[in-house]
Amino acid sequence: MADYYVSTQNLSVGYHKKTVLENITIGVNRGEILTLIGPNGAGKSTILKSLAGQLRLLAGTVYIDREALSLIDKNALSQKLAVVFTQRLRTELMTCRDVVATGRYPYTGRFGILSAKDWCKVEEAMALIQITAFADEDFTKISDGQRQRVMLARAICQEPDIILLDEPTSHLDMKHKLEFLQLLQNMAREKKLSVIMSLHELDLAKKVSDKIMCVGTHSVERFGTPQEIFEEHYIRTLFGVTTGSFDERTCGMELEAPKGKPEVFVLAGAASGQDTFRSLQRKGIAFATGILFENDMDYPVAKALAAETVSVGALEHIGQERLRRAQELAASCKRIICCRSSFAPWEPENRVLYEGLKAYQSSLFT
Amino acid sequence: MLAALLLVMTVLNIIIGSVPIPLAEVFGLAAGNGTDATAQTILWQIRLPRTIAAVVLGGALALSGYLLQTFFHNPIAGPFVLGISSGAKLTVALLLVLVANQVTNISSVAMIAAAFAGALLAMGFVLIMARVVDKMSMLIVGGVMIGYICSAVTDIVVTFASDADIVNLHNWSKGSFSGITWENVRVMSVLVFATTAVIFLISKPISAYQLGEAYAQNMGVNLKLLRMLLVFLSSMLAACITAFAGPVSFVGIAVPHLVKQLFGTAKPLFMIPACFLGGSVFCLLCDLLARTAFAPTEMSISTVTAVFGAPIVIIILFRKQRA
Repeated sequence: MADYYVSTQNLSVGYHKKTVLENITIGVNRGEILTLIGPNGAGKSTILKSLAGQLRLLAGTVYIDREALSLIDKNALSQKLAVVFTQRLRTELMTCRDVVATGRYPYTGRFGILSAKDWCKVEEAMALIQITAFADEDFTKISDGQRQRVMLARAICQEPDIILLDEPTSHLDMKHKLEFLQLLQNMAREKKLSVIMSLHELDLAKKVSDKIMCVGTHSVERFGTPQEIFEEHYIRTLFGVTTGSFDERTCGMELEAPKGKPEVFVLAGAASGQDTFRSLQRKGIAFATGILFENDMDYPVAKALAAETVSVGALEHIGQERLRRAQELAASCKRIICCRSSFAPWEPENRVLYEGLKAYQSSLFT
Repeated sequence: MLAALLLVMTVLNIIIGSVPIPLAEVFGLAAGNGTDATAQTILWQIRLPRTIAAVVLGGALALSGYLLQTFFHNPIAGPFVLGISSGAKLTVALLLVLVANQVTNISSVAMIAAAFAGALLAMGFVLIMARVVDKMSMLIVGGVMIGYICSAVTDIVVTFASDADIVNLHNWSKGSFSGITWENVRVMSVLVFATTAVIFLISKPISAYQLGEAYAQNMGVNLKLLRMLLVFLSSMLAACITAFAGPVSFVGIAVPHLVKQLFGTAKPLFMIPACFLGGSVFCLLCDLLARTAFAPTEMSISTVTAVFGAPIVIIILFRKQRA
């Protein structure tokens, strides 16, 4: 653990002696992004607050650059570590520029007056986050999304080595979400900044994070790379999902599959069936589908929504048995929807299925 | 600008009164070649100490209000509405009634010490309440209740006091700058200016604290120490005022608000001196009106400050609602 820039050892966090989470051991290098994911109320914010030194640690130690957090001088720490929390910054008659300027606080003298160099840093940070356009507006009068970006600019002009962010993207639109995370990634890469944040967007978490920590309801369940974390069915367990589904590979979410015996058979594949699957789900009609290769984009959707999916591994032959099963399913359905009419040379069984269905119920072809 | 206003108000307070003293005569008296003995007495023994008291205590009052507003993150907090003035009033009344029988002259320091104890006690109650309720309006309601309880107990104490004490107590317990002696002025000036200097020195952590505890902590502020300092300093100021002028209402709320609006900033580095000067000007004006509006009858200072201050509180509340 001593090699990491930020690390914890057997850390227990909580409020007023009431332990929320125990045995937290993490390690983050310089330039790495660690993301905390997990259900609401599990304790992600508690961990972040503890790492920031705002909550008394119930057990264990946090090390920053091999030094115990509790032993680091407060002002020195404020030059090393910046926070962007969900808690609103209280301001009165302060413009966005004033708010960003408070990031320079640890570098100012007894009366907190900013030097010309400090103001330079403020302008730089605002230009980087592209908030210069509303720099002179009152901080309380801008939108939540804009406020979040101002807070990031504030943290950046604090020139930290570590930045802690609690759900920083929650109020941002998708454009700014992407820009925000891109910026964090750039800073992590270029300025060797260690980023520790909580995110609710699992798809983005998977893409931006070097490491992920899964904070479950009772304990920190996993800590590792995104590949290790996004294991099939794990996210469902972590969040206790009982309605709908989540696909760990694509990070796609689907609503609940219609219940009952399949009424419709959908001949899909080559990404032709997803829209049909979802339209059937919206109408509450149970369906079966096939024959899908498991690397087809239709496959995760079918798996989530279809009553039964006839599928085959990406590099395998379909074979007679699967063809028979698909034919059986189609025969038991009241309707047939065909989403495609052209087939690749490696799926002759799908062509056979198609011809058979055409003969069987030609009126239903769409 | 505030300094200029202060100067003008000071001069007005000195020359206007039931016996007007023209400015030329003031300079003459000050130079020591005055002929009118009455005017001399009025100027030196009454007007001047009273004016200085209004300047010092008015400033202290506004500053104490500003600190409390910062501490509670509540724009309508102040020593009077939170019951801190009334707490101080109670202990001072107790001191006056219990000790006055044995000792004829109670020193200013003893008065302040008693007031400080009372202020801290009331502050303690307010702090306990603030822990339980996190709503701005509830905190104020609680503070007002504490104020009423303290006032009621004060009234009981006064009821059992001997007649001679009552006259004094009655005037003082409603708030007034009259009857201030030079000894009072010396003690209050030293205390208030020392306290103000300390407050000015901690304006940087105060500015961080204003942003919210979580962020202040990240900015390297020692929260515990700062909170304690804020409580002590604001109680000290409130105690000084109450010990000498009784409870004075609304200045603590109105002045910081007016100053903020007037200058369009809330930076402590600026607000601390500006509030002080603003409080001085406000109190000089109110005291002038209290003395002269219905002369020779003198109103209590709180009557006048309430007339100006209470509407401002209402305006703040309306604005808060709309925001």
